[in-house]
Amino acid sequence: MNSSRDNILNNLLKHSIENKPSKVVEKESHNPLSSKKKIESLKNMLESVRAEVHLLTSNSLNEWINSELPKRNLSRLLIGNDTIQSNLGLTFSDDFDVTFYTENIEKWKDKLFNEIDVGITTTTGAIARTGSLVLWPNSEEPRLISLVPDVHIAIVKVDEIYETFSEIVEKQNWSENMPTNALLISGPSKTADIEQVLAYGVHGPKELIVLIVS
Amino acid sequence: MSQVNLFTKRINKALSNNQLQTSFRSAMSYLMEGRLKRFPDYDKLQLSRTKSNSIRANSVSNLGDLLVTLENNLTKNGVKVHWAETATQANEIIHSVLKKANAKTVVKGKSMVSEEIELNEYLIDNGIDILETDLGEFLIQLDDDKPSHIVMPAIHKNKFEIARSFADNFPDLEYTEDVDKLTQQARLVLRDKFSHADAGISGVNFAVAETGTLCLVENEGNGRMSTTVPNLHIAVTGIEKVVEKLENIPPLFDILPKSATGQECTTYFNMISGPRKDNEKDGPTEVHLVLLDNGRSRVSRDTSLNDILNCIRCGSCINHCPVYVKLGGHAYGTVYPGPVGIVFESLTQGLDKAGALTSACTMCGACAQVCPVKIPLPTLINRLRNESIEGVDSDSVLGKGSLKKPIESSIWKGWRFIYSNPLVYLLFVKTMTRMRLLVPTNIGKWSKYRNTPKPSKRSIEEIARSEGFINE
Ligand code: SF4
Repeated sequence: MNSSRDNILNNLLKHSIENKPSKVVEKESHNPLSSKKKIESLKNMLESVRAEVHLLTSNSLNEWINSELPKRNLSRLLIGNDTIQSNLGLTFSDDFDVTFYTENIEKWKDKLFNEIDVGITTTTGAIARTGSLVLWPNSEEPRLISLVPDVHIAIVKVDEIYETFSEIVEKQNWSENMPTNALLISGPSKTADIEQVLAYGVHGPKELIVLIVS
Repeated sequence: MSQVNLFTKRINKALSNNQLQTSFRSAMSYLMEGRLKRFPDYDKLQLSRTKSNSIRANSVSNLGDLLVTLENNLTKNGVKVHWAETATQANEIIHSVLKKANAKTVVKGKSMVSEEIELNEYLIDNGIDILETDLGEFLIQLDDDKPSHIVMPAIHKNKFEIARSFADNFPDLEYTEDVDKLTQQARLVLRDKFSHADAGISGVNFAVAETGTLCLVENEGNGRMSTTVPNLHIAVTGIEKVVEKLENIPPLFDILPKSATGQECTTYFNMISGPRKDNEKDGPTEVHLVLLDNGRSRVSRDTSLNDILNCIRCGSCINHCPVYVKLGGHAYGTVYPGPVGIVFESLTQGLDKAGALTSACTMCGACAQVCPVKIPLPTLINRLRNESIEGVDSDSVLGKGSLKKPIESSIWKGWRFIYSNPLVYLLFVKTMTRMRLLVPTNIGKWSKYRNTPKPSKRSIEEIARSEGFINE
């Protein structure tokens, strides 16, 4: 046995309960938001931190991506794999240079850091009150798609918008099946470390585009 | 020089620096206003403070059990857990993990615990290239400086100083005083480091025992970079950061950014529950957690002082402290400044080393009103002041009685003697009122900033009698 471990554990306060009441945390009660209000709140919150939000249908999603990205000079796309792509109903025109994240990062780190403009990911939900996207990266959609490229496009299904963080944790039963990495993303990367002046795009994506699909 | 004299010296230095005071005044006002806007409903705020307090208090009173559960679950998830009693042990552990993995370059996310153990110095001395990647911490490291605030470390620097430091350190980059451009330059420099680093080191905001999850709160994305891109991730945290359940996290993550920077929520909330799985394509293949004690377990045993371990390091008490705003962070001479620093540092280091800090408090109570986990900071500071002079019987406090001064004690002893003997008291009062003109106007430090008090012509007893009170 590690002796530091034993020393620390032995040194700690021995008992509990009598000292500090460990009250059961009661759930906050409020009027739940309608689904229209949830979309509205998600959109407003995200826009307030300079994310771009669009409401689309599964048909217009493909059109939006194919017509908007060239306008912004974004052609080098990264997406998990072809299944993710086809599940989203996406077909990219030949003007795009599409990369699938099918190889381990070690094999293509330089390309990821230097030759990709946009990462496209799905989400496992969103949180209306705080304007947060929830991502559970996995083998099909690895962690770095939403972090390294300058632009992150996240696709949210309209019926997966929850009201609060607590609600999504409970309804999706997170405590039973936490993934290796779970993320809440609420806007593009930012900092206020120089004279409290807000500056966007410090280490993560400079732009976050959220496409809410019904 | 004694700690008191050193502290006084640092205070005088800070008070004579007008630019510093202007920077801190404006930064603190910005943070205070930001916070206030997030809590429009007083009752709701009190409800969430109560909730957060009960979560943290529950953790602190069950630390032993929770840490063992945390260790078990992390181990099950494939994370290696290490225990460090002291800063030196923590540094040695981290160094040996790096050495074993043959890691020479390290990118680091913001971590106050790593400042506490002076990890950078240790690793650099051992030939490891460690780079701070949080923009504020990066600016600090460039100038070989120290953070002056726990949330906004470079708050004491203005953009001109930063521009000059960039010009000195990166002569190839174009000189600029524009904040956006400076930020983009830092992005450029650091991206390259992220992609090539052998290891990433981070702190932890909350560790969830139930699921074995490490939570990191940040805005920049450097924390995610440091914990995702390199093959090896080492997290280091104080043992008090553990919470029991995953459901405890949303309330804490709700109140932390609002209290800290007045944000509704931060850009990223990163929950790490294990290394990369076999079929996963990125993320570190090896994750370690170093649990640091450094005096915390000793503090946990005193149930009136262990409230300080509830702290979630939001910095709100610092932002609202009238003493901090005048002094800035460096005057404290410690890693944690402001009210939380006064308590935490004098408890963990001992009153004989950091007890002088307890004088840097006006007892205004602002800190206790804003603390999201309801730590009664002024009460704790008062208790520590008392401990530093009288020293009651608690083995949780080190350096008890170390600030006791013989002259002060004799004055109080004399005072007690006079006030407990009626005849002596009458004589004393008579003398003081009759000889009032003999009291000198210059009585040292007191009269430097205040008027010298003069005894009145008549004692209160004489006044009362002349007003017709007999036996009051
Ligand atoms: S003591 Fe309270 S207010 Fe101060 S940093 Fe800790 S949690 Fe925040």
